[in-house]
Amino acid sequence: MSAVSEAPAAATADARKAGDWLLIATAILLCVWVLLPIYLLIVNALSSPDEVTAFPKRFFPSFDFGSLSFFINFAGVARALWNSVLVATLTMVLAIGFGAPAGYALSRFDFPGKGTFRFLVLMTRAFPLPLLALPLAVMFIRTGLDDTAIGLALVHTTLALPFAVLITFSLFSGIPVELEEAAWTLGCTRWQAFRKVILPLALPGIAASAVFAFTISWNEVFAAAVLTIENRTLTAFLLQSLGESPLYLKFAGGAALVVPALIFIFAVRKYLFAMWGIANR
Amino acid sequence: MAEIAIKGVAKRFGGFTALHQVDLTIADQEFMVLLGASGCGKTTLLRIVAGLETPSQGEVWIGGRRVDHLPPRDRGTAMVFQNYAVFPHLTVFENIAFGLRMKKLPQQEVERRVTRTAELMHIEQLLKRYSGQLSGGQRQRVAVARALAMEPDVILMDEPLSNLDALLRLEMRAELKGVLAASKTTTIYVTHDQVEAMSLADRIAVMHQGRIVQAASPVEVYRNPAARFVGSFIGNPPMNFLPATKAANDSWSVAGLTLPGPKSDRQKLEFAIRPEDVDAGGEGLQATVRVIEPLGPHTLVTCDVEGGLFRAILESNASVQVGDHLRLAPKPDRIRWFDPETTNAL
Repeated sequence: MSAVSEAPAAATADARKAGDWLLIATAILLCVWVLLPIYLLIVNALSSPDEVTAFPKRFFPSFDFGSLSFFINFAGVARALWNSVLVATLTMVLAIGFGAPAGYALSRFDFPGKGTFRFLVLMTRAFPLPLLALPLAVMFIRTGLDDTAIGLALVHTTLALPFAVLITFSLFSGIPVELEEAAWTLGCTRWQAFRKVILPLALPGIAASAVFAFTISWNEVFAAAVLTIENRTLTAFLLQSLGESPLYLKFAGGAALVVPALIFIFAVRKYLFAMWGIANR
Repeated sequence: MAEIAIKGVAKRFGGFTALHQVDLTIADQEFMVLLGASGCGKTTLLRIVAGLETPSQGEVWIGGRRVDHLPPRDRGTAMVFQNYAVFPHLTVFENIAFGLRMKKLPQQEVERRVTRTAELMHIEQLLKRYSGQLSGGQRQRVAVARALAMEPDVILMDEPLSNLDALLRLEMRAELKGVLAASKTTTIYVTHDQVEAMSLADRIAVMHQGRIVQAASPVEVYRNPAARFVGSFIGNPPMNFLPATKAANDSWSVAGLTLPGPKSDRQKLEFAIRPEDVDAGGEGLQATVRVIEPLGPHTLVTCDVEGGLFRAILESNASVQVGDHLRLAPKPDRIRWFDPETTNAL
């Protein structure tokens, strides 16, 4: 009797073991896929120019800041960096300024077309930017918005807005409406209740969604390259000028772009999960 | 003085009517309980008084002032929510002080009132804590203290005890009654728990399908239900109902028994009696015993009478067996009659 029941049990155990291995292998593969380029980027950015072209590579970088300091002092980098920060900050302010009220409205009010609205918010990401870039460029030139920080920030805001709306929507939905109602009965106007009760509770999440909007703008290259000429952001500047630069400069430029974005995303990761309704708190 | 008058208040949500033309007057300092099953409109009515919902029609008056167009903050009401709604980012002290600070009271007065209400609710040792560090019962106390600190004319409570465990609920119920009586506020208290309603209320308004079926003292509601629904909803076990057919002008035949009853044009009425208002033996309803449940102080006997269920509460020393044929004599002064068409009492 026991021999009969042991055989299928052993088979299930084997199958589970195989499944575990497959899961672990997939996880490792995905990690390598993501981490290896970042690793190479950082190692090369922190190596002296000679080491970048040398072979074999060293596993640990020599922490030679020659490439990085050359890159920082490269003509135009400082200005591009300033433009990137300016555009990203404007994007952040606009995306939260429009996105947070929309997220609040979605979570607190029932209005006709609510479902459609949520769908349309996402649909704005369905059109490829290259398709929109040319008509946008023409329109921007006509209205005089071309080659300005605010013009580019507007385009980046459209890219960041769906995320800002969805993140703040899930954020506000997580705060019981009774807290707000209690504040009203205790003497608050709608705005006071929002400021004294809802905002303090939502602030960390709003900050996270702001950082995410900042990162979207920071990383965006296509619209930046098409819509700016003089006032290039860092991404557009690098795309243009690093094409002809030596390899070690490309690595330094790449690292300067990727590392801040990675740090930002890492800092706000739990709120990005919340956007998809995964409780991670 | 805060008398509450609800005049012809109706509420529709799209095609669904939550409240039909409700009229209710609550006297100053009265403890009124709105009792009904879930979905009967009791919470909607409370929220209309609080100003959290706007009525589709009708008027709400508090203390001689029409308030249905005013926002919640201008109504002189304080509310205790079912899930307590204690602000998680503030300490217990700041929670209780929240409304007082909105009123811009001087710091001394705020401290005096917070300390006093905290002592009243026995939470003075918790004032520095946050809501996350409190148990459900303690949060409930904070919510009540926060409402009392406002010294409102009217306190509105939406099932405040329903999230507490049974023992705590019993304790809080007695405490609430004492505290609220001392505070001299008018109270509207919503619950689906009839025991809670009976024990707390000066008057109970029984609600059913968006209407107030009866508003009267707990004993009156229990003894003289105004409609069949009230009799079947209140009391555990509920009232027994049996069909009655006309025997003569003012006598009715019920399960083989002829009883004196009201004069009526109808050929059929409904006879009703509470389970504890029958005696075994003598002239009575013919009953066959199905289930016997000894409950200690008395015994609950479920019988067949005319093919329907009939519950009787008998003394625990009554020697009945399953299958016995009993005669259950209703106490004449406790018999109630209902019109089967309108379901109203006669």
